[in-house]
Amino acid sequence: MNIILSAVGGTVVLAILAIFVGLFLAGIDRRIVAHMQARMGPPLSQPFTDVKKLFAKQSIVPANAIPWLFNLMPVVALASSIAVLLYLPFGSLAPILGDAGDMILVLYLLIVPSLALVIGGFASGSPYATVGAQREMVSMIAYELPLAVSVIIIAWRLMVANVANPFSFTTLMETSVWDVVGPLGIVGLLILLILFAWITPGELSKVPFDTPEAETELAGGILVEYSGRNLGVFSLAQAVKTVAMIAFGVIILLPWNLSPVFGLTGAGAAAVDLVFFFVKVVIVSIFSVTVVRTMMARFRITQVVKVYWFIFGGLGIAAIILLMLDAFLMGGL
Amino acid sequence: MKLTPSLNRSLWVFHFNAGSCNGCDIEIVATLTPRYDPERFGVKLVGSPRHADVLLVTGPVTNQMADRLRRVYAQMAGPKVVMVVGTCGQSGGVFSTSYNLAGPIDQIIPVDVYVPGCAPRPEAIINGVVTAIAKLERLEGGK
Ligand code: SF4
Repeated sequence: MNIILSAVGGTVVLAILAIFVGLFLAGIDRRIVAHMQARMGPPLSQPFTDVKKLFAKQSIVPANAIPWLFNLMPVVALASSIAVLLYLPFGSLAPILGDAGDMILVLYLLIVPSLALVIGGFASGSPYATVGAQREMVSMIAYELPLAVSVIIIAWRLMVANVANPFSFTTLMETSVWDVVGPLGIVGLLILLILFAWITPGELSKVPFDTPEAETELAGGILVEYSGRNLGVFSLAQAVKTVAMIAFGVIILLPWNLSPVFGLTGAGAAAVDLVFFFVKVVIVSIFSVTVVRTMMARFRITQVVKVYWFIFGGLGIAAIILLMLDAFLMGGL
Repeated sequence: MKLTPSLNRSLWVFHFNAGSCNGCDIEIVATLTPRYDPERFGVKLVGSPRHADVLLVTGPVTNQMADRLRRVYAQMAGPKVVMVVGTCGQSGGVFSTSYNLAGPIDQIIPVDVYVPGCAPRPEAIINGVVTAIAKLERLEGGK
C-alpha cells in the first residue's frame, strides 16, 4: 500500500516538476534565440502564458477527423512523456519505479509521444497533417539508428568492463562510462556526445529537423488541425519530452554529481545533485537545441535521413570501433 | 467564450492575403523583424488558422478570395480578433472601382481593428495590435 502511495505521489510531483522545468526551458530557449538575433525576446514566463491561453480557448474537432483518436492522442503523448521520467534517476535520486525499467524500455517509451503525434495527425483528416505525419515517421526511423547505436555501445562497453546489469539506470548511477574506458574510449565517448547532441533536436522536432512541422510549407504539419486545449496538452507533452530526452542523454554521458565534491550525504546531497542535474539539462539544451536552431535552416526530409544514417550513422560506427579497440587494449576482451 | 488575461499577453497571428498588392504584407514582415520585435509582447506568427488568435487580413477581397476568407475565419478557435491592415481592406483603396471585388473586408467577416495607410508603417501596425489588446481588455471587463 505504502509503495503504491509513494509511487503515485512521486509521479504527481515529478509530472508537475517536469512540466515546470520543460516550460522554463522553452522560455530560456526563446529568450536566447531572441538575444542571438539582436532583439529582446519574450519574458521567461511566455510559454506558461501561452499554455494558459490555449487551455482557455475553444477546442475545435474538424468535421472529417476521428474524434476519439483526435482527442485521445494529446493525452497519450503527455502520459508517455511523463512515464519516461519514472524510470530515470535524477542526480542521486533513484528512479521512482526503481529497477523496473532499463535503457531499452526508455528508448521505446521515447518513441511513444512521436507515435501519438503521428496518429493524431492522421486522425485529423487534413492533407497537411497527413504529410507531416509521414515525415515524422520517416525522421523517427532516421534518428532511431544512431540513438540505438550509441545506447547499445555504451552498455556493451560497461558489460566488457565487468559491470553487472549494464542496461539498468541504477548501474549507470553508480558507474560512469568515463571511468571504465581508456584514452581511445574517451575519444569514442566524445563522438557519442556529439551524436547525442545532434539526435536531441531530431527527437524533439526542432530546427533543423522540424521537417514534420514545417510552418512555411505544411502550415504547422502534424499539429495543423489542433487548437485550444488539445494543442495545449501537446505543448505540455513537448515540454516534458524535452526534459526526458535531455535528461536521458545527461544520465548516460554526463553522469557526474556534485555531492562527492562537497562531501555531502543524505537529503542535502540529493537536493544539491537534483539542482546540479537540472543545471546540466539547461546547459545541454542551450547547446544542442537553442544554438543549433538559431544557426541553421530546415533540412528537407531526404536530407534528414541522409544526415542521420550516413553522417551520424558513420560517426556511430567510428565510436563503436574506437570503443571496441579500447576494450581490447584495456584487456577486457 | 471566456476571455482571460493570458490572451492579451500571447496573441498568435495568422496572416491572410485577400488580394493585396503585397505592399501591406511586406510591412507586416517588417513589423516582425528584430528592429520592432513584437515577440516581446508574446506576439507570434503561426502557420495555421487553428492556432491563431488574431487574423491579420490585407487587401480588398476579390471574388475568388471571399469564400476562402469566410472559411479561414470559421476555422479559427474563439475568442478571436480580426485586424485589417491597409486602406484596401477598409474601402477598396486604389482598387475600389475594380470589377472583381467582393467588397471591403467588413462586408465579409466582422472586423475589430482597422489600421489605415497604403501601406501602413510598422509602428501603425503595432499600434493596431495594442488597440486590439485594449479592446480585448474592455470586453474582458464586460464594458
Ligand atoms: S493598402 Fe496599399 S499597400 Fe496595402 S495592399 Fe492595398 S494598395 Fe497595397
